[in-house]
Amino acid sequence: MIGLDAIGVVAGLLPAAVAVHHAMHRTTPGWWRSAGFWALFAASLIAGPWLPDVANGVIVLAMVALATAGLRPAPVPTTSDDERAESAARLGSKLFLPALCIPAVTIAGTLLIPDGKIAGLALIDPKQVTLVALAAGATVALGFAIRLTRAPRAAPAAEARRLTDAIGWAMVLPQMLAALGGIFALANVGTWVAAGVTSVMPLDTPMVAAVAYCIGMALFTIVMGNAFAAFPIITAGIGLPFVIHQFGGDPAPVAALGMLSGFCGTLMTPMAANFNIVPVAALELRDKYAVIRVQMATGLILLAVNIAILTIFVLPGAE
Amino acid sequence: MLVLSGIAIIVIGFALGVHPLLVVTLAAFASALAAGHGPIEVVGMIGKAFVDARFLAVPWLALATIGLLERAGLREHARGLVRRLRGATTGRVLIGYLALRQLTAALGLTSLGGHVQMVRPIVAPMAEGAAERNDDAPLDDDTRALIRANAAAVDNVGVFFGEDVFIAIGSILLIRAVLEQNGIIVAPLHVAIWAIPTAIAAFLVHGARLLLLDRRLRKRRA
Repeated sequence: MIGLDAIGVVAGLLPAAVAVHHAMHRTTPGWWRSAGFWALFAASLIAGPWLPDVANGVIVLAMVALATAGLRPAPVPTTSDDERAESAARLGSKLFLPALCIPAVTIAGTLLIPDGKIAGLALIDPKQVTLVALAAGATVALGFAIRLTRAPRAAPAAEARRLTDAIGWAMVLPQMLAALGGIFALANVGTWVAAGVTSVMPLDTPMVAAVAYCIGMALFTIVMGNAFAAFPIITAGIGLPFVIHQFGGDPAPVAALGMLSGFCGTLMTPMAANFNIVPVAALELRDKYAVIRVQMATGLILLAVNIAILTIFVLPGAE
Repeated sequence: MLVLSGIAIIVIGFALGVHPLLVVTLAAFASALAAGHGPIEVVGMIGKAFVDARFLAVPWLALATIGLLERAGLREHARGLVRRLRGATTGRVLIGYLALRQLTAALGLTSLGGHVQMVRPIVAPMAEGAAERNDDAPLDDDTRALIRANAAAVDNVGVFFGEDVFIAIGSILLIRAVLEQNGIIVAPLHVAIWAIPTAIAAFLVHGARLLLLDRRLRKRRA
C-alpha cells in the first residue's frame, strides 16, 4: 500500500538530485557543506523510517551543524532575460498549465479516490490520499513542463537546485519546528503555560474569560507556531472550565472562535515557518520578518473581532 | 518550571538573530533535559519527531517544475499579462487572489495556492506587473520586496480564514475531537458556520489594507 514511507522516498529524490548536482559542479570552496546538507536531508526522508531513532537524530544534528557553518549557493547556468522574454512570447499562457496541473491532480485525486481504493483494490493509505495525489501531481507536472518547454536533459536538476539553493535551510525549518512541538508536548510545556495564564488573570466575568481565551490561544500559537498544538491545551485550561461551563458559552462557536484566534497568532510568529519564513526565502526577500510585518495589523484586528463576536453574540449576559 | 526554558531560548535566540535551526535544536534539548530525559534519549526524540514530520517535505517536489517554467519565462508572462490589463493595480490583483483563495479554501480546496507553487511564479509577478503598468520604469528593490511580502501574506490570510468554513478540514475535526474527549458532541456544520463572520471580516480588513497599499505605492512612485 502506498503510504507515508513511499511518499518520503519520492520526496527525498529532490534533495538527492540537488546534492549530486552540488558534488558534480564544485564551483565554490564550501560546496561540500551544501552537498552534505542536502544528502543528509535526502537520507532522512528516504531511509528515516528504517533507521534507529538515534541515527535519525544524529543526521538532524549534522544538518544543523552544516547549516550553522553556512550553506553556499553557487550560481547555476539558466536562461537570460532576453531568452525568457522570447520564450514567454512563444509559449504564452500555456506556461500556466504545468503549474496548475499540480493543484488540479491533487484535488482530483482527493475527490475521486477518497478511500484510497482504485478498482476495488486498497492501493493507497486512506489517510495519505492528498499527499500521494500531491506527489503524483508534481511528477506529472514535471513531465509536462519538460515537454512543453523542450528543456535540455540537464535543466530539471539544475533548476531544482537553483530554487533549492535560494530557499536553503528554511526548507527543513518546518520539520524542525514540528519536532520541537512534539518535544514541548512530551515535556508538558503547555500545562505550565495554561496554569500561568489562569493564575495571572482573575477570570470572574464573561468578558475577561473571553479575552483570556482568545488572547491565550493567540499567544500560545505564537510560541508553538501552530494553532493545532495550542487548541487542546488552552481549551482545556480556559475555554472549557471558564468560557463554556462557568459562563454558559455554546461550545461550537466558542471553539470555532478560539481556533480562529489561534490563526491570528499564526500570522504573527516566525515559529510558523511554513507560512511566514519559507515565503521570505522563496521570494528572495532580505528582511526575515517582511511577511510578518505585513500581516501584523490584520492579525491584531481580527483577534479583536473574534473577541467581540465571542463576547457580544455567544456569551449570555455579557455586556 | 524549567521545562519553560525552551520557550525562553526560542524568544532570546530569535531576537539575537542566532541561526534558527540552532535555536530550535537548543530549545528542544533544554526543555527535554529539564523534563528528565537523558541526552542520548533526546537525540532519539528529535530524530523520531523529525522523521514523523517528513510529510512537510512533499510540496518541495514542485520546485523542479516551477524552476523549469521560470526558465521558460513564466514570471515574465504573468507580469506581461497584467501590464496589458486596464485598471489593474497591485491591490486589486491581490484582492482578487484573496477572494479566490478564501472561496476555494472554504470549499476544501486548500491545495490551490501556496508560496512556492502559486505566489512565486504567478501571483507575485502579476502584482509587480500591475505596479509597473503606469510608467515603464522598473521597480526599486524596496518596493518590489514590499509587493512580494504582500503577495505572500494574501496567500496566508486567504487560506487561514477560508478553510475553517469547510466542514471536513483538519481544524474542525480537531475541535470536534477535543470537545468529544470532554463529553461535548458538536456538529461540524455548527462549528463551520461560526467561522463565516470572521472570514468576512478577514476579507474586509485585509482588502481595505490592500487598497491602502495601492495608495502607498502611488505615493512612492510619484
